[in-house]
Amino acid sequence: MDEATVRHVAKLARLEISDEEIVKFAGDMTAITEYVAQLSKVNVDGVEATVHPVADRNLWREDKVAPSLKREQATENAPDSEQNFFKVPKVVD
Amino acid sequence: MDDLLNIDATEAARRVRDRDVTAEALTSVVLEHAQATEPEVGAYLSLDIDGAIEQAKHVDNLIGDAKDAGPLAGVPVAIKDNIHVAGHATTCASKILGDFKAPYDATVVKRLREAGAIIVGKTNLDEFAMGSSCENSALQQTHNPWNTAHVPGGSSGGSAACVAARSAFISLGSDTGGSIRLPGSFCGVVGYKPSYGRVSRYGAVAFASSLDQIGPFSRSVRDSALALKVMAGRDEFDSTTPDRDVPDYPAQLADNLKGKRVGVVRAYLNEMPNREVSDTITAAIDAMAELGAEVVDVELPHAEYGIAVYYVVASAEASSNLSRFDGVRYGAREASESLLDLYQNTRGKGFGPEVKRRIMLGTYALSAGHWEEFYGRAGKVRTLIKRDFDAAFANCDLIVGPCAPFTAFKAGEKSDPLSMYLCDVFTIPASLAGLCALSMPVGYDAAGMPIGLHVQAPAYADGELLSAANALELALKAKVDRLPAIA
Repeated sequence: MDEATVRHVAKLARLEISDEEIVKFAGDMTAITEYVAQLSKVNVDGVEATVHPVADRNLWREDKVAPSLKREQATENAPDSEQNFFKVPKVVD
Repeated sequence: MDDLLNIDATEAARRVRDRDVTAEALTSVVLEHAQATEPEVGAYLSLDIDGAIEQAKHVDNLIGDAKDAGPLAGVPVAIKDNIHVAGHATTCASKILGDFKAPYDATVVKRLREAGAIIVGKTNLDEFAMGSSCENSALQQTHNPWNTAHVPGGSSGGSAACVAARSAFISLGSDTGGSIRLPGSFCGVVGYKPSYGRVSRYGAVAFASSLDQIGPFSRSVRDSALALKVMAGRDEFDSTTPDRDVPDYPAQLADNLKGKRVGVVRAYLNEMPNREVSDTITAAIDAMAELGAEVVDVELPHAEYGIAVYYVVASAEASSNLSRFDGVRYGAREASESLLDLYQNTRGKGFGPEVKRRIMLGTYALSAGHWEEFYGRAGKVRTLIKRDFDAAFANCDLIVGPCAPFTAFKAGEKSDPLSMYLCDVFTIPASLAGLCALSMPVGYDAAGMPIGLHVQAPAYADGELLSAANALELALKAKVDRLPAIA
């Protein structure tokens, strides 16, 4: 995996990484993807993918209003907030 | 009071309920012991001494009023620090969580409290549960109580180490590819991953949602059975928990294996480079035969692809799950001019190298042009691994073998990511298939480090798994009787 690909993936993942890290990750990810490439040896013709291990899934609760975190509690951990809103740098001019 | 450290949780709760000891006295003994052992072990990221005594007094008041204090009355329990305890920090052993405090109890914590357990502290882990040695913690190093030069295993290293060091009776871990069973094996305690969906993950920080499961560490199999009984069952806040019956697991434990068929993958034992491990595992299998089990050979032909499948699937899910750490709603923030810079700088500074590596790998595996080659194909091989288990379990009730290829290694010994990933070679397939599985101590190597037997059973055969493990534990009692150096 080349350094340009690593830079591209870091951007997709919203990760600021240093030039040193790019060199390191290019090496690591090359080794890992080469290891993973052994999967191409397996015959998977006609096999459905498993994305979830058991049959019981998406067991929804009833959609009704119930007590939940108050807004003050939900914003308590925010690095920046105002009037119980999360505050971020200006997005639109 | 030293005797109180030698009993298990089941016996401790009995003594509290029978008023042989108060919950406060029991909790104090454990807290004092934790304070004495922590400088050398470093299992806890935080100990809540005042809060624990407060909870213990509440249990004592219930007992004083002749009320039912619960099956875990007064039992000190530790919680892996990726599971929420209301009012306390959840760090995930990462810098990116900053000074985050959990606004609510995880369902498992709530159920433990209702059962009378005393929550004494939060334990160390590999950052975001990504690792096999606990060395990826951004906050602290945890040492193996059997030999402090060695790692406790990971990712739930702190939870395994505190139970081994007797500074908690039970602890909770999370297991995505072996993160309970591997440290259980390395620290000589029972480490149990329940079937996928058996225990709610509400309030646990998600790593890989199709694999994550919460489970206990304990000194005895019956303690794990008790913890499961308390925690298992439907939770409307986790849509993967079915409304299936929760049996009285502790009441179902057997003392023999008559009529049970135990499957063994011979190649695992024959090809094992570490003969001490394979000989000890073979002796444990012989002990199961003496208890009445029929030992049969089974094959898991696709299990060898488990690690490759796992690192694609788990990393892909992690890259998605960890997108929530963006410096906006909680945790640390790197002040930046634009929102995009805020995301990138916060995540670049806040995540450690292994977490970044997996986010990158997962993002790559899900990206345009690579999806089918990586994520799509991994999911198909996962199906084949699952089918192997279905076929094997048609001929046996349990599959047993080594939990790890080696005993706990020295800190710093495995420096490249791939060699660390290979630690989980035996534990990952069960996670991919959603099975229940545990590690239990069955002996020691020449250096005195514990060796763990991996016992696996079909999804929702948790009762059968625990029952068989209990029978073996009783049979090996005289042989597996050592305490760690720090305990």
